[in-house]
Amino acid sequence: MRYSLNFLVPLIILAAPVAGLAQSRSYSNVGRTPSEEEIRSLGIIVGPEGKELPPGRGTAKEGGELFAKQCAACHGRDGQGGVANKLVIGSPGNPHRGTFKDSDKHPIAYWAYATTVWDYINRAMPANKGGSLSPDEVYAVTAFLLYKNGIVAETDVLDAQSLPKIQMPNRNNFLPEKPVWPPNPKKPSWY
Amino acid sequence: MDSNRSGRRGFLKSAALAGLAAGAGRSANAQSGGSEAQPKDTHSHGEPSHFAAPAGRAVTRSITHTTYYTPLAESVGIITPASLHFMQAHSRLPDIDPAKYSLTVHGLVDRPLMFSLEDLKRLPSVSKIRFLECLGNSSPRRHVSSGKPGSAPVTVQYTHGIMSCNEWAGVPMSVLLKEVGVKKEASWLVAEGSDGSKYTYSIPLTKANDDVLVAYMQNGEPLRPEQGFPARMFVPGWGANHSVKWLRRIMVVDRPYMTWDQSVHHSVVRTDLGDKSRWFNFVWPPKSVITRPSAGQKLPGPGYYEITGLAWSGWGRVRKVEVSVDGGNTWKEAKIQDPVLPMAHTRFNFDWTWNGEEVVLQSRCTDDQGEVQPTLAEMNRNWGRSEKDRLEPSNDTYHWNAIQPWKVARDGSITDALFA
Repeated sequence: MRYSLNFLVPLIILAAPVAGLAQSRSYSNVGRTPSEEEIRSLGIIVGPEGKELPPGRGTAKEGGELFAKQCAACHGRDGQGGVANKLVIGSPGNPHRGTFKDSDKHPIAYWAYATTVWDYINRAMPANKGGSLSPDEVYAVTAFLLYKNGIVAETDVLDAQSLPKIQMPNRNNFLPEKPVWPPNPKKPSWY
Repeated sequence: MDSNRSGRRGFLKSAALAGLAAGAGRSANAQSGGSEAQPKDTHSHGEPSHFAAPAGRAVTRSITHTTYYTPLAESVGIITPASLHFMQAHSRLPDIDPAKYSLTVHGLVDRPLMFSLEDLKRLPSVSKIRFLECLGNSSPRRHVSSGKPGSAPVTVQYTHGIMSCNEWAGVPMSVLLKEVGVKKEASWLVAEGSDGSKYTYSIPLTKANDDVLVAYMQNGEPLRPEQGFPARMFVPGWGANHSVKWLRRIMVVDRPYMTWDQSVHHSVVRTDLGDKSRWFNFVWPPKSVITRPSAGQKLPGPGYYEITGLAWSGWGRVRKVEVSVDGGNTWKEAKIQDPVLPMAHTRFNFDWTWNGEEVVLQSRCTDDQGEVQPTLAEMNRNWGRSEKDRLEPSNDTYHWNAIQPWKVARDGSITDALFA
């Protein structure tokens, strides 16, 4: 019994870091812990799973009015392009089919994730006052652009649950499927 | 398409405006009865000789991009002055008071932390001489002049000038990540800047822990405002699009975050990949360019000239640079000048005597991985372009490293021969 306990001691020590115990800081006098409120005040960055999406909802119909007021001056009527990028290719009920060219990259139908549409509008648009739209407004404008590209119906409600589930038509046309670093196997440098 | 290149005209205009502003300040002082301000001591922070020509950065503007180009044709050596480092902005530049600055590191971490600029400076520091190159540098569309009356001709400044090389100093990202304690399930981080568009990019933790910096110095000075003052992320060897300026937060996550610039704007549709899009174009492949003689210059007559230029690779060091003075038929090795640093500009020189005939000059870089810079024809072949849809100046593509030919005409004038 005595022997077996001694035998266990080094095993426990070895296992401790592996078990995920937090490592201590090297420079504990530098920096400070932010409050929950300070982190919240930075706003959200929405990833492809959409787990950061806030409560709220919107439809294409609501988004159309907002788009005309806040976005059309640069992106053109219904997102057909102006001084800023064209955002629409295809039409309601009739999504773009076939491949895209480099010049077709900005219409929403090209984008791999609907969450990217929400995230970019939320943090960066309108360009002269990024971050000024409410969550409902961002859901609505996102719905409008997806509708104009033939990806959702005009009455579809977008919210934190439905948005990440939208299957974007060009989703599987990006390589590498899973970006990793360093690449394995290594590809030629021009790849 | 960028347009209204102004270059020197823009410089003169802003100099005139500055002069007006200074005059207004003096008369206001006189009216209020205040004493005349002491003349500025120009030696406390040295300034160029008043004899030195104002070889400034050229600029192009579009609604989404304001770009200032480094005057590469004037350069000797590898270091770009901070004042001439290229810059690109997508919205109004933030004006950040360092006393109010903070960097928050949070997400999949044991303990979120917030660092002031002073905090960052108290942590262990490193410095690295590294190139920084915009993902769109030398892209086909930069090989055509805007064609507008008064627009500048194509020069090496315009084709290749969205690239510079500085000494960057700051705290290794690995130090910050160790301080917050990264959770087991984490694999990427998202870096966000505080410009108007909240420019955001994600990078794998394997790279972040390897050699990424949170930089607060360039060439021995605080970052310039346009370079992200007071602190930016600096990602060596990778497209400058990864090096987020005005860094306000690092969010540790478990996957790439597919933000707009990363997953949409900087992707490239590729014929060789079945018309699928190549995204996450991380590393700059081997590249070089002759900076002198180059387009826009004119050789005064036959005789000796030094051909000089820059070579670099995001994969490591430059192993060899070759120069051709006969349109690519034969190649000879150029002299490589010390220092030869990884992921840094490397200066090469080549003695040449011009016989007065029409010639095409070009350089070719081989890096220490054995990768060789391709010709335009090889690039078309690599990217699966057939004769009818080969890459042309209309293509706005990224990650472009083709060999750059300059044509010297019999009268000594030099033009861009890439698509000629």
